[in-house]
Amino acid sequence: MMRGLLLGVVMTFSAAGAALAAGVDRQDFSQIERGHYLAIVGDCAACHTLPGSGHEMAGGRAIETPFGELMAPNITPDPQTGIGAWTDEEFIDALTKGTGRGVARLYPAMPYTYYTKLTRDDALAIRAYLNTVPAVSNPVQADQLPFPFDMRWTMAVWDQLFFKPGPFHPNANKSAEWNRGAYLAEGLAHCGMCHTPKNVLGGDKTGERLKGYALQGWFAPDITNDPRRGLGGWSVDDVVAYLKTGHNRTGAATGPMSETLNLSTSHMSDPDLKAIAVYLKDQAGPQPDPPPAPDRAMMTTGAKIYADECSSCHTPDGKGIPGLVPALNGSPAVQQVDPTTLLRVVLRGARSVGTAPAPTAAAMPQFGWILTDDQVAAVLTYIRNAWGNAAPPVSAGAVGKARQSFVERSD
Amino acid sequence: MALRLPRKDVVIIGLGWTGSILAHELLQAGLDVVAIERGPWRDTATDFLISYAQDELRYRLQHDLFLRPSQITVTFRNNAGQTALPVRSWGAFMLGNGAGGAGVHWNGETWRFLPTDFVLRSHLTQRYGADFLPADMTIQDWGVTFDELEPHYDRFEYLCGTSGTAGNLQGKIQEGGNPFEGPRSRPYPTPALKQGYGHALFAQAARELGYKPFPQPAGNLSQLYTNPLGVTLGQCTYCGFCEWFGCANYSKSSPQTTILPVLVRNANFEARTYCEVTRINLDRSGKWATGVTYADASGTEYEQPADLVILCAFQLFNVQLLLLSGIGKPYDPASGEGQIGRNFTHQTLSSALGFFDKDKYNFNPFVAAGAIGMCIDEFNGDNFDHGPLGFVGGGYIGQVQTNGRPIETTAVPPGTPAWGSKWKEALRDNYLSTVNCGAACHGSFYSYRDVYLDLDPTYKDRFGRPLLRMTIDFHDNELKMSAYLTDKYAEILARMGAKQVVKQPRKGPYDVTQYQTSHLCGGAVMGDNPGNSALNRYLQSWDVPNLFVQGASAFPQNAGYNPTGTVGALAFWSAAAIRSQYLKKPGPLVQA
Repeated sequence: MMRGLLLGVVMTFSAAGAALAAGVDRQDFSQIERGHYLAIVGDCAACHTLPGSGHEMAGGRAIETPFGELMAPNITPDPQTGIGAWTDEEFIDALTKGTGRGVARLYPAMPYTYYTKLTRDDALAIRAYLNTVPAVSNPVQADQLPFPFDMRWTMAVWDQLFFKPGPFHPNANKSAEWNRGAYLAEGLAHCGMCHTPKNVLGGDKTGERLKGYALQGWFAPDITNDPRRGLGGWSVDDVVAYLKTGHNRTGAATGPMSETLNLSTSHMSDPDLKAIAVYLKDQAGPQPDPPPAPDRAMMTTGAKIYADECSSCHTPDGKGIPGLVPALNGSPAVQQVDPTTLLRVVLRGARSVGTAPAPTAAAMPQFGWILTDDQVAAVLTYIRNAWGNAAPPVSAGAVGKARQSFVERSD
Repeated sequence: MALRLPRKDVVIIGLGWTGSILAHELLQAGLDVVAIERGPWRDTATDFLISYAQDELRYRLQHDLFLRPSQITVTFRNNAGQTALPVRSWGAFMLGNGAGGAGVHWNGETWRFLPTDFVLRSHLTQRYGADFLPADMTIQDWGVTFDELEPHYDRFEYLCGTSGTAGNLQGKIQEGGNPFEGPRSRPYPTPALKQGYGHALFAQAARELGYKPFPQPAGNLSQLYTNPLGVTLGQCTYCGFCEWFGCANYSKSSPQTTILPVLVRNANFEARTYCEVTRINLDRSGKWATGVTYADASGTEYEQPADLVILCAFQLFNVQLLLLSGIGKPYDPASGEGQIGRNFTHQTLSSALGFFDKDKYNFNPFVAAGAIGMCIDEFNGDNFDHGPLGFVGGGYIGQVQTNGRPIETTAVPPGTPAWGSKWKEALRDNYLSTVNCGAACHGSFYSYRDVYLDLDPTYKDRFGRPLLRMTIDFHDNELKMSAYLTDKYAEILARMGAKQVVKQPRKGPYDVTQYQTSHLCGGAVMGDNPGNSALNRYLQSWDVPNLFVQGASAFPQNAGYNPTGTVGALAFWSAAAIRSQYLKKPGPLVQA
């Protein structure tokens, strides 16, 4: 007992020594405050704080990946179970190079592939903030992946293939605002972590950056400026309102984006949100092939189901009710190539995010119990192709598969 | 032995309209609030699904949203000479249950009472003389005036997004509104609902007869509205499933659509559902509340200490909890002494059916809303001379048909068989061309010495607590008033062109199986001294100053309007007094 305590004291001293050696003033409030803001932008809490635990950054939350679950580690200053004993250099390396103290490689569920763009100053500010959260002794066994993914050394190979380390390089042809947006979106805010398609090994498909990706039973939509599927129909202000409040003229956030809003974007400054919006709205991306014309019979059936079940809220012309019921007419969410989110929302229902400026948090009821697979397929095909919308049809088989997969999901 | 929980600043009993309003106001004052609610949590998208919200059998006939009488009920008798029996199926009134309370299942009529309603006894005595009132009528002034309540009516209406046309803006009478209403500081937050053919026809006939018809103020919103708390309500779709139903469309004002989304975001707020308060606890002096005792669904008892207790249950259960907790003196009808249970009132509803020529009239009655309709106020309160009439009181009269629901809305002319092919034929012939509104004459119910609440000597609930006993009957004054109003309404129906008018004036005795609104009032009334009231003008108990009792139990008598607007206004009024006066110096706000 005494020995453990002594060891703790020694380790704490050494950590403090390392920090001092690196020139970090532990009482530099402005740096701590900046670090807090950056930790919000980076959404550290999404993985490192177990909801309901009351222990900020103490880890223990299971992170779902296509390869199995990882357990987010404790990053409080606790020397034994947290990162209190890490030197600042070790911390910066973890953030920007994917290396960890005591382990060969981090798994890229930790977005070091994005954080690599962080400036050293920003990384140190985050460290300064993390030094202030209460130290919690919470040993977390991070490695939960099955063979062969349990072999961390293989991540060195993965990094060779998919990780381009290195700081952010501003684009001199773009405005300071655009560059700030790029620094945040491609770095700390790691938008592409969810919104960029992945290859079979989980690496970003760099040719399709921000074009949308299915994960956790949802489809994180295209956030390029694509006129149909992306942000093309939204103004910069629309994007800012969405990230700030979860709602704008036509859309509402739900699913995993609700959590991102609550923990991260709704707390970001207006200039930073605007910078991100300006940057994203300047991303073109490749144009997918136009979808085939939908089956006429399916459209007729879908229109009837829409009139009966959907139109009283979403309105007959699909324009919805601002702030309450999302528009379907012209909606990027409706026209994603992958209909996972639509299937989920129709079959299981969904609650829009509530935020302080927009607390209503209106919800879509579930229709899985009342509509058959054929009916869901028809009505989704209809809304994806009515009013000038265009997106690939949804088959009854896809509805059946989705129905089964949602049954199996705990969330 | 109840498990003693950590202290809270405020415990709220019941999370309906008043509980939600008080919770929000006291959270804004920085207090830590726990609400204890007997029923379930209720949420629009989870509990009122658009795909089955309009299920008349489930909600209207089988009472799905209401308190189950097997959990708790009341006993009923008409007079003290009878033995009261337990009500085993709700009939005369419906008792809400769960978060949102009666604010979930109401129609949405959001009225203000008349300025004279608040000074009723003084006003009537002054105008007609003291001898004009029946000797056993126990009406009294409220201790608060319309002008004092006006800003709080305003807050409630802007919280709700009420749709209506102002009739009196800062003293200036407005065309198209109710010219009899007290001066309002600003217009309704949203314009009046669109009116159906039957409603418009009523307005036209009323105008021809010299009346000034106006749209009923509605908590069914005419347009998209975001309230001052930032919560958004949608536009009403006129589906006609309001009363008895939860709104699937976010367009009926209710705690769910106006306040609860904000409460649940507040870390200082907690709601404990399926928990029933069994007692308000007092200290040894009996003059200070220490908190409440409640039982969860398993029957486990907890004691929740709190500095401030806000009783926000339904009127009947407010009175019952006061009696069970030994707060105040129980009312004794023989001596007229005691305040708890005194001046119990309801509403005096009546109507008339108007059968029109099916080839000329199509009212499409199913296109409706809970508070749709055109009304006149010429025969409400003391807006007309009662001198020659021999009664006091009145009510609004209106074509306020709220629905054309297939099971309930099946009026056929007298003489039609009650079933079979002749009945079907008559229903088919009359469904679209009949004016059929149950609440056409929304009459007042004044208070009497022999209409009261007390604890039943025989029947007990599952905890072994005595049930509340209602002793209630109509008096001649109310029946005369009802007949008079019904005649006036029938005249307008005839003027509209009805080929047959069937009057349905209220007849005694009071029947607990026959629906006549859920507007039960009184039993713990407010007033200007402890000799005539349980509560002071701020709804604070005269006997236990850290207890405030919200809701219609405070009404000294019931006016000719639906009570919710006044319940909401009183809640804001009371909350303002707690915030601005009580919290600075906890104790009586009015010296007895």
